[in-house]
Amino acid sequence: MNPIALLAQLGRVVLAALAALGRLSLFAGSTLSHMLRPPFYPREFFSALLNIGWLSLPVVGLTAVFTGGALALQIYSGGARFNAEAVVPQIVAIGIVRELGPVLVGLMIAARVTSSIAAEIATMKVTEQIDALVTLSTHPMKYLVAPRVAAALITVPLLVAVGDVIGIAGGYVVATENLGFNAAAYIKNTVDFLEVNDMVSSLVKGCAFGGIAATMGCYYGMKSGGGAQGVGAATKSSVEAAAILILAANFVLTGVFFSL
Amino acid sequence: MIRMEGVRKSFGDNHVLRGMDLHIPKGSSMVIIGGSGTGKSVALKCVLGLIQPDGGRILVDGKPADSGDRDAFLARFGMLFQGGALFDSLPVWQNVAFRLLRGTLKRPMDEAREIAIEKLRRVGLKSDVADRLPAELSGGMQKRVGLARAIAAEPEIIFFDEPTTGLDPIMAGVINDLIREIVVEMGATAMTITHDMSSVRAIADNVAMLHDGVIQWTGPVADMDASGDPYLDQFIHGRAEGPIEAVR
Repeated sequence: MNPIALLAQLGRVVLAALAALGRLSLFAGSTLSHMLRPPFYPREFFSALLNIGWLSLPVVGLTAVFTGGALALQIYSGGARFNAEAVVPQIVAIGIVRELGPVLVGLMIAARVTSSIAAEIATMKVTEQIDALVTLSTHPMKYLVAPRVAAALITVPLLVAVGDVIGIAGGYVVATENLGFNAAAYIKNTVDFLEVNDMVSSLVKGCAFGGIAATMGCYYGMKSGGGAQGVGAATKSSVEAAAILILAANFVLTGVFFSL
Repeated sequence: MIRMEGVRKSFGDNHVLRGMDLHIPKGSSMVIIGGSGTGKSVALKCVLGLIQPDGGRILVDGKPADSGDRDAFLARFGMLFQGGALFDSLPVWQNVAFRLLRGTLKRPMDEAREIAIEKLRRVGLKSDVADRLPAELSGGMQKRVGLARAIAAEPEIIFFDEPTTGLDPIMAGVINDLIREIVVEMGATAMTITHDMSSVRAIADNVAMLHDGVIQWTGPVADMDASGDPYLDQFIHGRAEGPIEAVR
């Protein structure tokens, strides 16, 4: 291929990526601005709290309990290779609180909440409900986007905290029931080993991942094209983007909290 | 009351409006007709500011539509959307009273519900539909709820986007009659877009035919049949042959 053509193609891809980043940044900025300025829609906010927070508890709990249990088994069998089986409580705690808890909750929220927000808003767009909101003097960013993003910023850290506790509990049950650990010693080792910074990082990650998940759902929903295909494409793209951004943000935040 | 002067709008290479001029006097009912894809909905959305025109001027009561307080501007309008555009998550009465439950027109919830039920009665629906969800209603009932929502805040100007699309002829006739009655009763200025000729004859004081991005003909509905305009003649008689290219 002609090197100039190759360069031009590369340039087009970079420009498209920068344009997409710019649009997303403007959307996030606008969302923040609408969250801080009245009018507020408390009913929509509480409905989003219920949907994103309370109704996500079962999936978050099940994900955490199985992950905690599997992690305990893996650490036990891996640790046995160099006689380090005793570190199960500490590694389960640090693994769940620092990494697996926030990341898995973030990804489950991306699967459950991002997709539903994107599909709902995209459907509203193709059925002219967004236009109807405007004609009824209601700003769609204020009515649809701001309450959902605010609710996610508040509830996802709480879900992460719950997921952390349930994940550690999953590891505890497996370790004490299957691997012969003493219950009191397991709890003491877990509590002694965790630091405040571990828990703070977990909650900050939860807040960031919640913001990403809800913003991606709203962004792709609001910019969806027409018809059922547009709704499907918006839903798919929102979940992909949310999952990738959550993993990338996790890497950055881990660096910020633990590499300095 | 509403004046469009040289309004242009393109989507990429598709030049939908190419300098549309139209005047709708206060208290009159204007029906815009034209084939599918000729830009009728685009024209209507340009007036409301849902789509930004590329050029030309839109004046409402002599003032540019895109100037001044947007909420106050929109509070003067009611709109019936083609598919109803009812909010799925809200019961019927909250759809109808949407404007009365928030913003500058906010009323106490009991009063808003009362007004919603009264408007539902006005469009021929019983009060027992008030607590149902839109998905539980038939297409005709959804149109009526959309109509009730459009008139709930007693707007000065009402837009109707394809009000009879998807309805059987009897229900279409009922909706046409309702629109006519309500517009006359409220003294509102109405702008309807349709390609249903029975709607045109039932609703219109004046008719405008949009073709190729411009108003091809406009005049009182009584003059429509004897207009002598070949485009309008072809359209109102539904002929395949004529100046309007029909894709077979």
